[in-house]
Amino acid sequence: MLQTQTSSLSYAHQTVEETPSKVSARGVNVFYGAKQALFDVDLDVPVNHVTALIGPSGCGKSTFLRCINRMNDVVEICRVEGDIRLDEGDIYDLDVVELRARVGMVFQKPNPFPKTIFDNVAYGPRIHGLASNRDEVEEIVFTSLEKAGLLKEVRDRLSEPGTSLSGGQQQRLCIARAIAVNPEVILMDEPCSALDPIATARIEELIDELRQIYTIVIVTHSMQQAARVSQRTAFLHLGELVEVGNTEDIFTNPRDERTQGYITGRFG
Amino acid sequence: MTDSTPTIPSRSDTTQTVRNGLRRRYAAERRFKIYGVAAIGVALLMLAIMFGTIIGNGWSAFRQTYVQMDVLVDAAEIDPDGNRDPKVLSRGDYEGLIKAALREMFPDVKKRKEKRELYDLVSSGAAFDLRDEVMADPSLVGQTVSVTVHASDDVDMYMKGYISAEVAEDERRVSDKQIARIESLREQGRISTGFNLRFFTGGDSREPELAGIAGAALGSLWTMLAVLVMAFPMGVMAAIYLEEFAPKNRWTDIIEVNINNLAAVPSIVFGLLGLAVFLNFFGMPRSAPLVGGLVLALMTLPTIIIAGRAALTAVPPSIREGALGLGASRMQMVAGNVLPLAMPGMLTGAIIGMARALGETAPLLMIGMVAFIVDLPKGPLDAATVLPVQIFLWADSPERAFVERTSAATIVLLVFLILMNLGAVLLRKKFERRW
Repeated sequence: MLQTQTSSLSYAHQTVEETPSKVSARGVNVFYGAKQALFDVDLDVPVNHVTALIGPSGCGKSTFLRCINRMNDVVEICRVEGDIRLDEGDIYDLDVVELRARVGMVFQKPNPFPKTIFDNVAYGPRIHGLASNRDEVEEIVFTSLEKAGLLKEVRDRLSEPGTSLSGGQQQRLCIARAIAVNPEVILMDEPCSALDPIATARIEELIDELRQIYTIVIVTHSMQQAARVSQRTAFLHLGELVEVGNTEDIFTNPRDERTQGYITGRFG
Repeated sequence: MTDSTPTIPSRSDTTQTVRNGLRRRYAAERRFKIYGVAAIGVALLMLAIMFGTIIGNGWSAFRQTYVQMDVLVDAAEIDPDGNRDPKVLSRGDYEGLIKAALREMFPDVKKRKEKRELYDLVSSGAAFDLRDEVMADPSLVGQTVSVTVHASDDVDMYMKGYISAEVAEDERRVSDKQIARIESLREQGRISTGFNLRFFTGGDSREPELAGIAGAALGSLWTMLAVLVMAFPMGVMAAIYLEEFAPKNRWTDIIEVNINNLAAVPSIVFGLLGLAVFLNFFGMPRSAPLVGGLVLALMTLPTIIIAGRAALTAVPPSIREGALGLGASRMQMVAGNVLPLAMPGMLTGAIIGMARALGETAPLLMIGMVAFIVDLPKGPLDAATVLPVQIFLWADSPERAFVERTSAATIVLLVFLILMNLGAVLLRKKFERRW
């Protein structure tokens, strides 16, 4: 019921070149106090595709990700310059609450709220007033858990605390929580870095399913993960966007020697 | 590792050095443990001595000596009209009846001085004991009633063994003749000891045997309620604003420094502030628990704010980010995610602040809560005193019987404190549902 209108217009099966941008950034500079963390980044994020941001630690990939839903607003010393558009609209013209309802986020460490599994997923719909009664909340919670591939595992324990789940389940719970708000874009900040390989594989499968409906931007330190889940990859180094292109091209035929050095493991 | 590098000690040398040092290291560890155990032992010993002294001294105040008397309730004295009108009954000369009954019991007493000594055997409250019985049952008028009345504090002290007959007569408050009469009463089985109900139900009194702690306990209760109602919400809201909403600039820095300094201001200063602002400027009633509560709330606020901020800072940032990332407004994040996690810590701060406020005397002296008040306070605007002030007042009284009452009041204060903390701990447990 919720996302049918977007899935019917899905660009998931089109090539990256034919796909319009969901998010486009132009000339993004980010400063932490006097220190500049991002230099003039231009990046387009295609609809219904997975865009991976890779690069060595401290290259600014998470910083860029957090610009898209303005999470950097919370950091007092952080200043963001440049133009970031969501569907052609400047994200700074939107109210930050509205922006974050449209651009969901999944964090590095699974961070379920200290509430029940049900309440975790119901949190977003409740604060945004997306459901007017208990039945509607339940419907959203079940749909979201289903989409996050978690429903089978937790159907009988919805009133147990979210933190009682395993790490991988917690992360899928966080994904379900993000989906429940019905966002257009989901940002994922190294979502698998705290998980074991089996849980990671499960999340990667899920990401591939989710891109039918959502546009996904994922930050990862694992090049294999970027190669597996993304259609488009951007390589950042020391705050600069070095290279962006189709994932296949980046990994098989990088144009920049820094990219080549990174993906062949010479630094990073 | 090899002989070619003599600067690095050989493996066996290293092992030997480590081995040689082991004894010294373990000895240091043992010494440290002994110091720790000794420190805790001393603390526990002092605590035991304190509780031992207070309870040992105060326990006897929970029991009281009573004298059983046969009093002729003379209708001519208290109900001359014979219509049992409660108004007339309540104004009767019951003291005269008690005195007459005493003379009846000891017909040999003739001299004025001896009479006075005889009357001093029972409390001046005995007349009220009798009146209460007659008022409750007017049919007693005209009959000889057996009433049990409070013995005077001196008799009570003698019966409890605090006054010894071996001491020279002029050095004790009970004369030889009085002792003889007490003994004769005891032989007749007229003297009994029972639970001192009056201590728990009465207000303050000049007569130790009539003095009770209920007035001060109620005063403390009203004051603490006023503190809780004002300081807790204000402190929590101030902590939330400063921690979650206020911009970090010079002004908030100044405010923070001032709050930290306020926590260390001597409490009497808050009393002076209360006197100047609440009493003199706003004209609030003197000796009222509401004003005491206001003063103590001001004193408690910094503690609650500081503890509240610490509790808010301790909430993991991932919880905040999770909520904000879903599009929660700041208020929604604070109310729905941060506050529930910070609540136990905030309650702890409130407990510490309230416990300090409960034991506070100095600021309350300034706003008149040190007055001698007999009536029980029925609300936060009635004149009242509080437990620590009551202890201070009794400790200052010369009568021997107030010594045990001082300790007994301290026991009540400690019980009050324990109950308050227990309530707070239970509340904290309720909020502390760690998942």
